[in-house]
Amino acid sequence: MSVIYILLSVSVVIGVAFFVIFLMAVKSGQYDDDYTPSVRMLFEDELVKKESSNTSKKTKTD
Amino acid sequence: MSKLKMENKTCFHCGDDCGGHPITFQEKSFCCNGCKTVFEIFNENDLTCYYDLQNSPGAIPKEIEGKFDFLSQENIIEKLTEFRDDSIEIATLYIPHIHCSSCIWILENLNKLNPNISDSQVNFGKKTVRVTYNSETTNLKSVVLLLSSIGYEPYISLEDFSSGKKHINRSLIYKLGVAAFGFGNIMFLSFPEYFEVNEFWLEQYKPLFRWLMFAMSLPIVFYSAQDYFISAYKGLKAKLLNIDVPIALGVSVLFIRSTIEITFDMGSGFFDSLAGLIFFLLTGKFFQQKTYDFLSFERDYKSYFPIAITKIDKEGNENSIQVYDIKKGDRILIRNEELIPVDGILINGKAKIDYSFVTGESQTVSKQSGDKLFAGGKQTNGVVEMEALKSVEQSYLTQLWSNDVFNKNKEDGFTNITNTISKHFTIAILAIAFIATTFWLFVDSSKAMNVFTAVLIIACPCAIALSAPFTFGNLLRIFGKHKFYVKNASVIEQLAQINTVIFDKTGTITSNKNSNAEYDGERLSDSENIVLKNSLRGSNHPLSRTLYTILKENNIITLDTFEEHIGKGIEAKHETVNMKIGSASFVGNPNQTAILNTTVHVSSNNIYKGKFTFYNSYRKGVSKLFNQLKRHFDLVILSGDNEGELENLKKLLPAKTKLIFNQKPEDKLEFIKYHQSEGAKVLMIGDGLNDAGALAQSDVGIAISEDVNVFSPACDAILDASKFKQLYNYIKTSKSAIKIIKWSFVVSFFYNIIGLYFATTGQLEPVVAAILMPLSSISIVVFTTVATNLLGKRLK
Repeated sequence: MSVIYILLSVSVVIGVAFFVIFLMAVKSGQYDDDYTPSVRMLFEDELVKKESSNTSKKTKTD
Repeated sequence: MSKLKMENKTCFHCGDDCGGHPITFQEKSFCCNGCKTVFEIFNENDLTCYYDLQNSPGAIPKEIEGKFDFLSQENIIEKLTEFRDDSIEIATLYIPHIHCSSCIWILENLNKLNPNISDSQVNFGKKTVRVTYNSETTNLKSVVLLLSSIGYEPYISLEDFSSGKKHINRSLIYKLGVAAFGFGNIMFLSFPEYFEVNEFWLEQYKPLFRWLMFAMSLPIVFYSAQDYFISAYKGLKAKLLNIDVPIALGVSVLFIRSTIEITFDMGSGFFDSLAGLIFFLLTGKFFQQKTYDFLSFERDYKSYFPIAITKIDKEGNENSIQVYDIKKGDRILIRNEELIPVDGILINGKAKIDYSFVTGESQTVSKQSGDKLFAGGKQTNGVVEMEALKSVEQSYLTQLWSNDVFNKNKEDGFTNITNTISKHFTIAILAIAFIATTFWLFVDSSKAMNVFTAVLIIACPCAIALSAPFTFGNLLRIFGKHKFYVKNASVIEQLAQINTVIFDKTGTITSNKNSNAEYDGERLSDSENIVLKNSLRGSNHPLSRTLYTILKENNIITLDTFEEHIGKGIEAKHETVNMKIGSASFVGNPNQTAILNTTVHVSSNNIYKGKFTFYNSYRKGVSKLFNQLKRHFDLVILSGDNEGELENLKKLLPAKTKLIFNQKPEDKLEFIKYHQSEGAKVLMIGDGLNDAGALAQSDVGIAISEDVNVFSPACDAILDASKFKQLYNYIKTSKSAIKIIKWSFVVSFFYNIIGLYFATTGQLEPVVAAILMPLSSISIVVFTTVATNLLGKRLK
């Protein structure tokens, strides 16, 4: 019977938790720049590729 | 053949044409030593990945000697940094050159060039980089110099000095978040009620569900919806029935009636509709906000002026001081390409001042020592010394900003279309509510209160309030894609009401990039032509450069003698030809006539030959645009220039165009003010600081810009110069947008009539409201979005 209280409180707590996370994300400025991170994310690949191609060249000359 | 090949080579670093003599380094061509140096820096530090991400992404590093000396001053560092302690400083620098992913990559790898920089983060939209560095081992000046040396020179202006830390207003996102959270959860909780399941357990917990909904609606009503109450209150106080009055009325009735219903167990209340209504309204508000991070519509002279200038004290020492600290009588040093910040007298050196910011005049003016210099001019010829006569704020140009128009908000005093309709709408709804209530008082008085509230609830003008935000919001985005950047929705509305269009001349209908020259006089022989072209080649005077690019290609020869007389002209000799090129008196023009146009005279072996007369080169499509506009608007050209172009303009433009010359910045402002008092709705189109007053005074001020990243004065919209001929289409589209809004009003009235049928007959169930309200809102959003996209397709 009282299981509905538990269910309700769990659902409200989860809802509020996500809501608070959203507010924190907004406050931290996560939504202020929506372009740069999308480019930045790709650089890590570029760097690794560059280094590996360098090393492969080196091994060839060796 | 080999020459052709050479010309095709572009600089590996910046992509410019390398010209006849490319600098080759590591099998790559560079246009100049600057570009090569940047490549060397990157090459040494393993950063050539910069060139892999994008072809030729760089910029030529500029000469910056002494330019950033002011950055070693404590009070300036204090203003420019956002965080300082003993060992760490953080500064955000604006770099106009940021334009591609390579830029982001190189700027975020600054620590490889200077290990004292611990972190650098780019904001691409705002074109800024936030640098964190160790202030014990390096300083702001060396960071800026490093950036400049790799072609990313930060732009530091007086504006950075006066503006404090910018506060970002995120309250609308919070309000929308609260409304979305409440809306979702309340919908969820009201589901059992929708289907009227008479299940034992659900019946048992009904009150709990209802009070939970009540609890969730509290933050929505008192936080998310507060702007509507405030605005309605303000409207009523000013005796205006704006759109927020019926909204606030609807929201309060919804909340109060629902609370009463659940308290006395009369029903489930309308909390779902209430949350949905506010959620949709806030979505509309959010959608209407389109901001261009990289543009600013609020610039004044401060964005142009330098933050510091070199002062020479009595002992002859050079110190950099803040521009605001310049006092009357101070001796200051102006370097090449520097802006004069205060009015003063030239003391030393030959000045050639470019006043295009102030007057719109495109040619430079020569000044001798003892002449007066005005703030806003740019020195273009070496170093000069001057004595200040006034402080920054009291100078001729800056005084323009003390005019009241700059403190006026254009949106005040403008009734937008939604509020115009709301006036009638509110009165009609209140009338219907009272008539229906009176009717039911006689028929069945128990239902009267129910009907009264139901009318106010269902008539809550959600769909009407959404029409304009979604239409204008979408149009702002479409215009943005077509390089017409509009400040806000109200500008589009004002643009639709324009009846007078005023253009500035220089830089607006003329192009800054190229001008034409016509030769008038005796034909020059071939050998004379060669000498002429080659002597122009050696001169750095702007007119020589222009003329050089206009004249046909000739062989390159070495001149026997070449002498440049500053402020007069050039004298050059090759074999038997002795030529003089320059002003009329220098060349020895026998019949001097007063001509307003800029001219360059030529003589050969002391015999006067003729003159080149410079004409403005007008933008492509000017004539066509004016012919399109003349049918609908009054047209005026308001120029700061002299009348030299009068005849040309008369030929080019429709006869009824008014042409007014010699207008000072204040004259332009007064001209517009006068016509507005006569009832004109003025659209002003200009480009420079000299138009700033006119742009502010006009109903809509559009700034034309060759490069939108470069600064334009405060205005309502910025138009990319390449789209200038499309201007009429933008105005036409704005007018069509108004029609779309009117049609969507018709659609929402249709929904209101259906709703009012339920309300006045006393049959309004929460589930009907919960269906009608989102349905009307969504159909308005779909209708306006589809219609504006169709309009956008026509824009090309």
